[in-house]
Amino acid sequence: MSDHSSTYEPTNGFTRWLDERLPIMRLMHGQFIDFPTPRNLNYLWTFGAILTFCLAIQLITGIVLAMHFIPHGDFAFASVEHIMRDVNWGDLIRYTHFVGASMFFLAAYIHMFRGLYFGSYKSPREIIWILGVLIILCMIITAFMGYSLVWGQMSFWAVTVITNLFTAIPIVGESITQWIWGGYSVGDPTLNRLFSLHYLFPFIIVALVALHIWALHVVGSNNPTGVEPKTENDSVSFYPYYVIKDSFATMVFALLFAWFVFYAPNYLGHSDNFIEANPLQTPPHIVPEWYFLPFYAILRAIPDKLLGVVTMMAAICVLFIIPWLDTSKIRSTRYRPLLKPFFWLFVITCLVLGYCGAKSPDYRFVEMADTQKYTSKAAAVSAKEEILSKNKHADLEIIESINSKEITYDLKNTKFKLTNQVLSLLLTFYYFAFFFAIMPIVGLIETPHKLPGSIAESVLGKSSADKAQ
Amino acid sequence: MKLKLSDFLKCMSASISVLMVTSLLAVTPAQAAGGGGPEIKRQVWSFNGFFGKYNKAQLQRGFGVYKEVCAACHGLKLLSYRNLVQVGGPEFSKEQALAIAKEATIIDGVDEDGEPKEREGKLSDRFASPFKNDTQARASNNGALPPDFSVIAKARTYHRHVPWYTEPYYWAYDMATGYEEKGVDYLYALLTGYKTPPRGMKLGDGMNYNEVFPGHQIAMAAPLSEDAVEYADGTPTSLNQHAKDVSAFLAWASEPHLNARKDLGKRVLIYLTILALLLFLAKRSLWARVKH
Ligand code: HEC
Ligand code: HEM
Repeated sequence: MSDHSSTYEPTNGFTRWLDERLPIMRLMHGQFIDFPTPRNLNYLWTFGAILTFCLAIQLITGIVLAMHFIPHGDFAFASVEHIMRDVNWGDLIRYTHFVGASMFFLAAYIHMFRGLYFGSYKSPREIIWILGVLIILCMIITAFMGYSLVWGQMSFWAVTVITNLFTAIPIVGESITQWIWGGYSVGDPTLNRLFSLHYLFPFIIVALVALHIWALHVVGSNNPTGVEPKTENDSVSFYPYYVIKDSFATMVFALLFAWFVFYAPNYLGHSDNFIEANPLQTPPHIVPEWYFLPFYAILRAIPDKLLGVVTMMAAICVLFIIPWLDTSKIRSTRYRPLLKPFFWLFVITCLVLGYCGAKSPDYRFVEMADTQKYTSKAAAVSAKEEILSKNKHADLEIIESINSKEITYDLKNTKFKLTNQVLSLLLTFYYFAFFFAIMPIVGLIETPHKLPGSIAESVLGKSSADKAQ
Repeated sequence: MKLKLSDFLKCMSASISVLMVTSLLAVTPAQAAGGGGPEIKRQVWSFNGFFGKYNKAQLQRGFGVYKEVCAACHGLKLLSYRNLVQVGGPEFSKEQALAIAKEATIIDGVDEDGEPKEREGKLSDRFASPFKNDTQARASNNGALPPDFSVIAKARTYHRHVPWYTEPYYWAYDMATGYEEKGVDYLYALLTGYKTPPRGMKLGDGMNYNEVFPGHQIAMAAPLSEDAVEYADGTPTSLNQHAKDVSAFLAWASEPHLNARKDLGKRVLIYLTILALLLFLAKRSLWARVKH
């Protein structure tokens, strides 16, 4: 840990006794009281604290839920409903855990975009960032497994779709998938191990978070200017300044959290998951939770199954290496005029990818078509043939549409369309281009804005920073 | 307050939508009518939103409709008779609930010969289902399975027929107004959605035309009609009223602790707001010492 001298003074006999044997209070004092922190952090830097809050909430509510949950195909769904109906305040415990997962991801994504924008992944913070990527990986796995435990239709079919991806592995895919299932299809053994691992992974996350914060406290926080603190004037002590700021931000976040828990607990869920799992009936649309949608869109954008899986994994794993893909010495995008528009385009890309993930692959975002209405199918078919005889490549489609008075057959002659599949592919391309082309190239050719001489200077202006102390 | 917030969101999203529309003006976006059928409308429910609460009289009427009509085919297997007495529900008296329970035949244990033993229901029993199993249910319903009603109000939803670029506005609006009743609105639309089939539509054997059911052909015949059930409290017994009441009852069956949850929610939000305010003031006065 950083070796600034400790101002910790044991105040009574017991703490003196403890300090000589296990200086844990001294450690905490150094890390969370005295710890020098840049004075110019904005509210985006409160999300680390907010994430810690989310993690605690998930652990507490999760452990209580596990006291009542039954990991068996015949009882899982009913046991969740039992929690909602018969356990005292069980509905709140469950909704807090369910909404909490969404809030956790919301905070994590903001935290990550913060890191991207301000170059927090750059030397000397690569390890903090890499641990962060490991954390988000574990969060994804944990949330996926947690969602499956409800054993509703969406749970079951999400597990089926995702575990089936392993069959894409050449030669051993089939055996690996069956090994994961613990049988020849998704069933009780699968549910049981998902539960076991869903209980395990949060503790792996806790360990990773401890390392994450340890690594952070070795080099200290980055800040919006990306200029490292140089003098004492650049920092303030963590307590009370950031303790109070983080607490305030966490409380505002808790307000949003509470709104969802109390007034829209199911808004972020899917109604199909209130239908008990049925292996014989596939739901019409299988969609994951919102926080997986961008990755799901990337998976589906690639027509080949194996390649799709690889691309999706790569979309997360590329984050491991961005400290070395970014060639610029400047951390903060504030001072990088060329990268800035590309960065915001990247943010929009991720959001729109999420949108694509929610729509079916053949959904048309943009369409220019002539539509002709027919009241009989035969008429529509013969009209279709007529157009085809003139133009072999016409994109024609007959759509049966029922309104309250009649059935019509609409012959749609599509001139131009932008389907979800194509849009997702374009966005996936930009997603990777941002990391593999834009980051390395922009860093080499860009002329950055002039950096402030110090954090104090950026806050106080040059002259007063020189005068101060 | 609630209204103002939604107006604000509307303005915000309207301006975003205008921007998007103008940028998309060159091309008409695809908006197929979603297989036809009218748009499902958002109804006014006493239990929606910040001040939402079930209406006890409505739940009692709705239970009446369920018991007289729907219970012949649809179970409520996750509910117990005692739930009918529970605060925040229909709040029948213990005697009323017991009388309802006693009408049910419950199979419990075996007699000396090892044959299943039947007895009348108690308050602690789960609702008896109308059929022994799914196979029997299908056999009695022309092959179709009447779904259990325990969580039906949450297990259904509908999609708005709106252009994709206006959807974020609806998300924001729904989140801000706590719109959790999409399923209930679907139920109401389904129950009032039996119409004469459009010209030229061939219905399957034993199928009925319904304008909101996916595919428009449903195996359940219109279960409700005017005056189908008598109301003790003098409420008009129109089809729409029956549909409203039974939908509200099903909403409660799916979410029995809504009243308590929303009640606590108000306190929590007020508490958190005050705490956030105090923390903000503390933060401001502390940071007044440091320019940042
Ligand atoms: C005679 C038996 C019968 C009665 C009585 C009956 N239903 Fe049904 N119900 C069915 C069957 C069968 C289905 C399955 C329909 C299908 O899948 O096509 C069904 C399906 C439903 C559905 C699910 C529709 C969907 O979206 O999947 C709802 C909701 C419903 N019924 C409500 C009611 C209500 C409310 C009542 C009482 C007012 C009622 N039913 C009375 C037989 C019945
Ligand atoms: C359980 C999830 C996580 C927790 C509890 C957590 C916690 C924290 C905390 C407390 C901080 C210091 C305060 C702050 O800068 O906001 C921090 C900083 C940081 N985190 Fe995380 N984090 C989590 C996930 C992630 C993820 C997923 C990433 C990226 C992939 C990440 C990357 C970083 C980086 C780069 C910093 C240093 C930021 C800087 O100094 O500018 N973290 N984290």
